[in-house]
Amino acid sequence: MSDVTLQIDGKQVAAPAGATVLDAASAAGIVIPTLCHHERLAPFGGCRLCVVELESRGQHRLVASCAHPVEPDLVVRTRSDKIDRIRKSLVELLLAHAPDSTRLKELAREYGADRDRFEPAEGFCVHCGLCVRYCAEIKKLHAVGFIDRGIRKEISFLPEIASRECAGCKECFPLCPTSYLQAAYVLVEALAFPPPPSTR
Amino acid sequence: MDTQAIARIIDKYHGEPSSLIQVLLEIQADCHWLPGEALELVAERLRVPMSRIRHIATFYKAFSLVPKGRHEVHVCMGTACHVRGAPRILERLTDLTGLQPGETDLELKVTLETVNCLGCCALGPVMVVNGKTHGKLSPAAAADVMKTYE
Repeated sequence: MSDVTLQIDGKQVAAPAGATVLDAASAAGIVIPTLCHHERLAPFGGCRLCVVELESRGQHRLVASCAHPVEPDLVVRTRSDKIDRIRKSLVELLLAHAPDSTRLKELAREYGADRDRFEPAEGFCVHCGLCVRYCAEIKKLHAVGFIDRGIRKEISFLPEIASRECAGCKECFPLCPTSYLQAAYVLVEALAFPPPPSTR
Repeated sequence: MDTQAIARIIDKYHGEPSSLIQVLLEIQADCHWLPGEALELVAERLRVPMSRIRHIATFYKAFSLVPKGRHEVHVCMGTACHVRGAPRILERLTDLTGLQPGETDLELKVTLETVNCLGCCALGPVMVVNGKTHGKLSPAAAADVMKTYE
């Protein structure tokens, strides 16, 4: 495929057609913060932390760079006051769910986010979908999925599959930015297929 | 639950995974809920992972993972119906059936639900029973409507 030339933070960057803005930026050594992105998984666009400002044909737009394909002559800004302000608010909203997540604390330091800006919210899951997508797309096991919607949306293991597959895999555990996944797993294990006492 | 009836519904869609929601809607219409065995059959025949079926079945309010009654009563609680006395209609129906919104009686006759707006505010207060709209209700009229359903 032919390459597309675009400008990211004033740098001319060539990227293969069909690549995302995030791919093009990381190939050029420009760091865009992400939370729900995983290079082996299809773009999800869930956390919006990778928001960047685009300028094409005189118009400005804010897009999630992990899901936006490169276009010829696109001008991309990955840091500006506006973007920093948006990322700060996003991190603050995420912190309301997971105030002690290491990854979120790092981001909070970088963007000056206040962890107490929003009332602590129930549920430590930030709905990045990494575990659900990893299990479905890479392991093809579908042992964990989302249930319900809106503020009641949560991840949930399927005990029938989890009891069979998870003990030997657990590859999604390190992906979770908040450790909520491990808690959900321990809960389903205790409820549906508790290990015999000797192995604990 | 009739496994063959479920299988017939699934076969109508030639095992097309994209017809998942249509299949679930038909099972819901037939059984008034989505029994676990039916969902397993759907997962197997349509080759759709159970996690996705569960996601969809819990996402849409049209689906229920617990048995619902033969008659589904939806009482509108929208603003227009509210000011025209919807709370009194609901109170009358909860007295009559002994059910709180969201509950189903043990004989699986009636499920009482509230909805936020049915879109026909001029008819308020409104309730819908099995898809039929009853408008300009009084508590007594709502009770009379309920008597026509067995």
